[in-house]
Amino acid sequence: MEEFAIEVKGLTKKFKKQTKAKNVKELFIGIEKIFVKKPKDKNVDFTALEDISFKIKKGEFFGIVGRNGSGKSTLLKILAGVYHPTQGEVKVNGQLTPFIELGVGFNPELSGRNNVFLNGALLGFSRKQMLEMYEDIVKFAELDNFMDEKLKNYSSGMQVRLAFSVAIRAKSDILLIDEVLAVGDAAFQRKCFDIFKKIKKEGRTVVFVTHDMGAVQEFCDRALMIDTGRLVSIGQPREVALKYEVANSGNQDIELGNNARPTNTTLALTKISPVGLQNNFVKHDEDINFEVTFEVFTKTKIQLNLFIVKKDGVYLTGYNTTKDVKSFAPELGVHKLSCKIEKNQLNRGVYYVGVAAYTYNEFPAEEDAAVLLDILDIAYGTKIPMITVEDNSKTSNGEFNLKANWKN
Amino acid sequence: MIKFKNILNTRNKAILREMVVTDFRVRYQGSVLGYAWSVLRPLFLFAILYIVFVKFLKIGNGVPHFPVYLLTGIVLWNFFVEATSSAMSSIVGRGDLIKKINIPRYLVVLSSLFSALINLFLNLIVLFIFAFLNHVPVTSSWIFMPFLIAELFLLSLSMGFILSAVFVKYRDASYVWEVLIQGGFYATPILYTLSSIPVKFQKYLMLNPVAQIVQDFRWCFVTHQTTSSWEVSVKYFTAIPIFLILMLILLATKYFKSQSLYFAENI
Repeated sequence: MEEFAIEVKGLTKKFKKQTKAKNVKELFIGIEKIFVKKPKDKNVDFTALEDISFKIKKGEFFGIVGRNGSGKSTLLKILAGVYHPTQGEVKVNGQLTPFIELGVGFNPELSGRNNVFLNGALLGFSRKQMLEMYEDIVKFAELDNFMDEKLKNYSSGMQVRLAFSVAIRAKSDILLIDEVLAVGDAAFQRKCFDIFKKIKKEGRTVVFVTHDMGAVQEFCDRALMIDTGRLVSIGQPREVALKYEVANSGNQDIELGNNARPTNTTLALTKISPVGLQNNFVKHDEDINFEVTFEVFTKTKIQLNLFIVKKDGVYLTGYNTTKDVKSFAPELGVHKLSCKIEKNQLNRGVYYVGVAAYTYNEFPAEEDAAVLLDILDIAYGTKIPMITVEDNSKTSNGEFNLKANWKN
Repeated sequence: MIKFKNILNTRNKAILREMVVTDFRVRYQGSVLGYAWSVLRPLFLFAILYIVFVKFLKIGNGVPHFPVYLLTGIVLWNFFVEATSSAMSSIVGRGDLIKKINIPRYLVVLSSLFSALINLFLNLIVLFIFAFLNHVPVTSSWIFMPFLIAELFLLSLSMGFILSAVFVKYRDASYVWEVLIQGGFYATPILYTLSSIPVKFQKYLMLNPVAQIVQDFRWCFVTHQTTSSWEVSVKYFTAIPIFLILMLILLATKYFKSQSLYFAENI
């Protein structure tokens, strides 16, 4: 029988919405409402988590992902014992240290030394343990000359270093790590992740809450995703990360850029759409077909470029008509053109596919002489098809399927 | 119920110690005399009271060592006020901790009680100086004083538990308590002697546990001429205020425990 570090059963958390007056003044401000008939609030409770069940095995590095407001912080706080569940139960098997925030209880009026002892006590260390560890803590934080300074005179970087130095001493079996730990500069983040790796090696259970899908895939053995208080997905980090990306890049959420589309009298791109896909999902080993619709007003030599961008607008790659359609100068009117992205090129993930039209100046006929006529792209304020590529092969990672061979 | 053996395990002791020490360190932060103020402050305040009540108002004639008698009441009452008021705001004031870490919530209340207790001991030191100057005799009844202090501590702690939990939900509590404390000050024989009010009212006044503690403490410490709780009415009258405190402890721990589950979200 496997041992569980944390077992969550049918967990529901509801918060009461603040309807009560908090002081006497507010009580009287609202007094006229007694005479005004108001509809009864039937739903005064806000459900932050609904019927969540899962188990975390001992020694597992477990990720919890979800968007802001999805309920993941509430879940973390319930695991940490800060919030009490409305329904259901949480069984914790072992000693648990919550790193919900670094430097809990830090007091700016106290010296660095005193704060170390205060923070250490709150993390569960006895005075004796703290005395033994004190030298190491100061050394690790690289603050030997500052320990008698008041904390308010520390830079924020120094404060974080000190807090982190205390926090990593925790010897408990289960660690709850919030993503706030992974803030700070790149060097500090690296340090954090090195520590996480060490913790993982020691076989301790780690629950890690984050937005960073890279970190989830790098560290976690399993992960779960919650959205609007419900458990959406649990399992392999890669699958959960994919679901997260899908949920996070739904067209309604995407931030459209406000670049102006060029105006011209030559051509207008009307539409780009995938052909034969269900819900825009595609397997990695399937071709993806697109159809581009455009209207020509003035006959001229043009070039279309189909390109792939990420949610944040990063341009990944593109393929234009120059090679496949020689001397492309369509007649006036509406035209349709199709383009096939061949299979086994895109890795799992979410991609956006856009199209741009260019014309050439005859002299010099160089590539950068191309003039943009029209473009369908997120950055130009147009919604474009979102394609989700599924892949279970796990042979490659990143955006593209790198065609390569290993030999030994 | 809170498991008693766990209340002060190593971990909780460390937390409590650090919180009390922090409280004390921060209090005199930035003053030149620093910790000396914790003794100097009561010293000056007592000197003023002594001059006003003994030299000018000339009350308390007939009570031996009246200055000490008066100060005893004030010291004990001040502890009750300080302990309950600081305990009331302790949970809300430590909201940063409560919202982020699962330390036993009662430790926060307990730490403010201990801070007040340290102050009480410092005040008592000053009080003993006055007693020495006033030639108060050392008697065997002094050995009861720690028990009365313990009783007062438990009473204040219970009130602190209730008030702190109520204060999380209703900030009105601080105003209500302020009024009650003010009323309680005059309903307790502190500035006046119990013997100066009509005999038939005396026993009702002594139902108040603070009044019982103050009077009995004076009886032990200053003079046996004080009307003690066992002399005010029937022989075992003392049991009534003590019983009230015991009931209060049960009520307070039960209420605090049920409410403490929701402190983090209600603050």
